[in-house]
Amino acid sequence: MAGLELRGIRKDYGSTAVLKGIDLSIADGEFVVFVGPSGCGKSTLLRVIAGLETVTAGDIRIDGAEVTRTAASDRGLAMVFQSYALYPHMTVHQNMSFALENMGIAKPEIAARVDRAARMLRLTDYLQRRPAALSGGQRQRVAIGRAIVRDPKIFLFDEPLSNLDAELRVATRKELAALHAEIGGTMIYVTHDQVEAMTLADRIVVLNGGRIEQIGTPLELYNRPANLFVAGFIGSPRMNLLPTELVRGEAAGGETGRAATLGIRPEHVEPCGEADADLTVRVDLVEQLGGETFLYTSANTGGPNGLPLTIRCDGQSRLARGDLLPVRLRRDHLHRFDAAGLACRPDPLPARSHS
Amino acid sequence: MTGKLRTGKLGRLLLARRGGASWHWTDVASYAYLALGVLLMFGPVLWLALSSFKTPAALLEFPPSLLPMAQSEVSVQGYPQPLPLFRVTMEDGSVRELAQVRRVGIVAQMVDPAAPGQTIRVPADRRTPVRHMALAVENYTDPLTQFDFLRFLRNSLVVTVVATIITLIINSMAAYALSVYEFRGKSVAMLGVIGTLMIPITIILAPVYLVVTKLGFVDSLWAVILPGAATPTGVFLLRQYMLTIPRDLIEAARMDKASEWRIYARIVMPLSMPALAVLAIFSVMWRWNEFLWPLAVLTKTEVHTLPIALNAFQGELQTQWHYLLAMTVVTLLPVALVFAFLQRFITSGIANTGMK
Repeated sequence: MAGLELRGIRKDYGSTAVLKGIDLSIADGEFVVFVGPSGCGKSTLLRVIAGLETVTAGDIRIDGAEVTRTAASDRGLAMVFQSYALYPHMTVHQNMSFALENMGIAKPEIAARVDRAARMLRLTDYLQRRPAALSGGQRQRVAIGRAIVRDPKIFLFDEPLSNLDAELRVATRKELAALHAEIGGTMIYVTHDQVEAMTLADRIVVLNGGRIEQIGTPLELYNRPANLFVAGFIGSPRMNLLPTELVRGEAAGGETGRAATLGIRPEHVEPCGEADADLTVRVDLVEQLGGETFLYTSANTGGPNGLPLTIRCDGQSRLARGDLLPVRLRRDHLHRFDAAGLACRPDPLPARSHS
Repeated sequence: MTGKLRTGKLGRLLLARRGGASWHWTDVASYAYLALGVLLMFGPVLWLALSSFKTPAALLEFPPSLLPMAQSEVSVQGYPQPLPLFRVTMEDGSVRELAQVRRVGIVAQMVDPAAPGQTIRVPADRRTPVRHMALAVENYTDPLTQFDFLRFLRNSLVVTVVATIITLIINSMAAYALSVYEFRGKSVAMLGVIGTLMIPITIILAPVYLVVTKLGFVDSLWAVILPGAATPTGVFLLRQYMLTIPRDLIEAARMDKASEWRIYARIVMPLSMPALAVLAIFSVMWRWNEFLWPLAVLTKTEVHTLPIALNAFQGELQTQWHYLLAMTVVTLLPVALVFAFLQRFITSGIANTGMK
């Protein structure tokens, strides 16, 4: 188990810069998730850490030791691939023991480790099967088992759940969280799914266009996004972004005076009486989930298309398409962003999700 | 049960139609075309196999017959040699079987084997030879005992097996490098390999001969084994196949602390089995049938391979066709067997490697 230090990592493919200077340090035992839209460089960053890609500039330290030029096979990391990359001609047992054989570990020790990992992952009955005879979830577990038996310095996961169906994905996500709690290794996990990021991570690294947008715990990112990108990326449904003028009392510039955009999460928009309303919206679509309701509405801005605004209400709603609804934005949960998209935060007070 | 099943399958194979309940003219045309193909491809082989059992006389007779027939002969009392038997239509219209003593012009002197004392004169065009099916097994047994067939067989086997093993090892390593690694000049190297396909052996025969001579390989089997060990076809075939192995597997092996040799031996080679099988079959066929190059470098009889040895039956003045045909059949058998057992690898392997 080990910490990781990245300094000024750059990666160019020809004239295309994929990573534009990444500085990151990950503590021993931390579960860090890289999240971002496709093409943001998150997988490349993981492969750079793994040693499967060389860097154009910058250096990588694992446990304080410089490994920038060290081959992947000598870095002592284990990786779970998106495609699982199980060796199709080997049984589950051989798949798991291959790395241990390469490390020159004695046979009885190999058997013991594979056995332990198989029991942990409920694979004991499948050890003599080939990957082709396993279900998607079982293959996933073999891929994780192959990493576990190594007892690696760092676990790397490259979108490991993306090939599973929704139900299995949720189940495997829980298992991964339990696994991290049990073996406590340093884990780096790449995903484009922000739900996975929120539920698994100790800290989330949001990447966009080869740069880190923000690093923080899931709730820090949710409650205090550093910029418009993070505000829009984290949270589902997305945060509502409105021009400042639209909201009464904010038009004059509010408290900060620099804000160009206001952000408010769907759960912080509440229906209210005409008198208190910041704006009146027309309901376009109602999604009843039973326990909660999402209202997709548009605020009348005078233009041909209204400004979309999503509202989350607890419980069930009687509203229907076309209804007009006066709403109020909860002031203590407003996020303000300047013209460059950066958050303006004069207040040291966290914009908490639940008051 | 199995017999029934087999006829059922064969019936389905031979009576399959385009769809529909009745025969469409395209069905008929397809079968006619396929039958022509079978005739063109297997006709010569069938002719070879049947002719290898003919006596020298039967081979030269005109009109030729497909089946190995020989004229029946009888020993007749009073004649030291066996006499050929004919069926003769007598002047009164009756048909008798007579043995021919000699023929003078258009008249043949015949004798009845049952009554050897009396000769009968018969016009030559009134008799037809009595023939029976006769397998000239001595075509096979004579060369196998007199001609050093086993030595040549051993030479051919050594050349084929050793050369195939070396070919597989060298070609797979080259293909691994050309498919897995990224390096400067990779495409040039690949083009170079493919480019050598355009150079026929006749052009490089003399220079390679000189190299082999300098290395002192002449009249040893290595002279045949080594020069052809790295084949561009093999490198290309294996490379194309290895390109289809997911890169994730190789990267996973690297993460698993496997050395490049181990990745080659434990991951890439087992996964390339279909392509290796195809190349092995090709290599066996090439080496087994190779003629020109061994003829150039193997001058001593004791190192001759089978195709060269067969050439010995073909003299400047006369050719011992009966032995040549029989030994050709023997030479064809091993490679035909290899092909019959491994042909499913060829079809699946060729489909997978994209080789046409």
